[in-house]
Amino acid sequence: MTIQTTKEANATVLTIAGRMDAVTAPEYEKALNERIAAGESAFVIDFQGLEYISSAGLRALLATAKLLKTKNGQIRLANVLGTVREVFDISGFGSIFQIQDSVAAALADLG
Amino acid sequence: MTFDTLKCAATLENLNQVIEFVEEAADRFQLATKKKFGLLIAVEEAFVNVCHYAYPDAGGDASISCGTDNGTFVVEIADSGAPFDVLSLPAPDTTSDIMDRQVGGLGVHFIRTLTDQVSYRREEGNNILQMILHKAEDTPP
Repeated sequence: MTIQTTKEANATVLTIAGRMDAVTAPEYEKALNERIAAGESAFVIDFQGLEYISSAGLRALLATAKLLKTKNGQIRLANVLGTVREVFDISGFGSIFQIQDSVAAALADLG
Repeated sequence: MTFDTLKCAATLENLNQVIEFVEEAADRFQLATKKKFGLLIAVEEAFVNVCHYAYPDAGGDASISCGTDNGTFVVEIADSGAPFDVLSLPAPDTTSDIMDRQVGGLGVHFIRTLTDQVSYRREEGNNILQMILHKAEDTPP
């Protein structure tokens, strides 16, 4: 898994590529937790390059979203596609995250 | 049915090796890509469960076996830990909102949902989780 970070005017965009599994999910959690600890509170997670996600990946997403919520932060997901989208659907995660079709739409939604 | 078996220490470091082993066998069987994707998630969930829970005191091994029979692809994941049937766990909550959502139980939900058949047996001191996928696109009733 690779995580690329871009600072936009109103949010930090994390572009995730590769596999989010039991081995790599902690890297995502660590990266986001560090930014939350540093005071950042608006995030777009871009899953365009994500090939695979398991429950460990969903667990990491949920844990960071909960932490962010306690700090009144916001998170949007973008480009949740194909098989990754199916995993979101069968787990019910598609309904607890706000998902947009593109990073631009997610940034606009954050306002 | 003949099985190819990979035996390795039940640690997360071996997850990639386990996934590659099953993926190669599924490719030889020509399992449809979509089914294979689901199977690999189910295998990760089952192997990670063994890594986390089968051997609370000391380490131990997991055995992953792949076999085929006509139109059926079979994966068995075995450990020699205390008797435990992961399928006995309740279904997870998939409807509550973000703050109330619990993180547990999703793994076994994926094991159930992403395979055509799944069963547990205790045999000669081993827990064995058997997952079956049918080659045909349509899942038989």
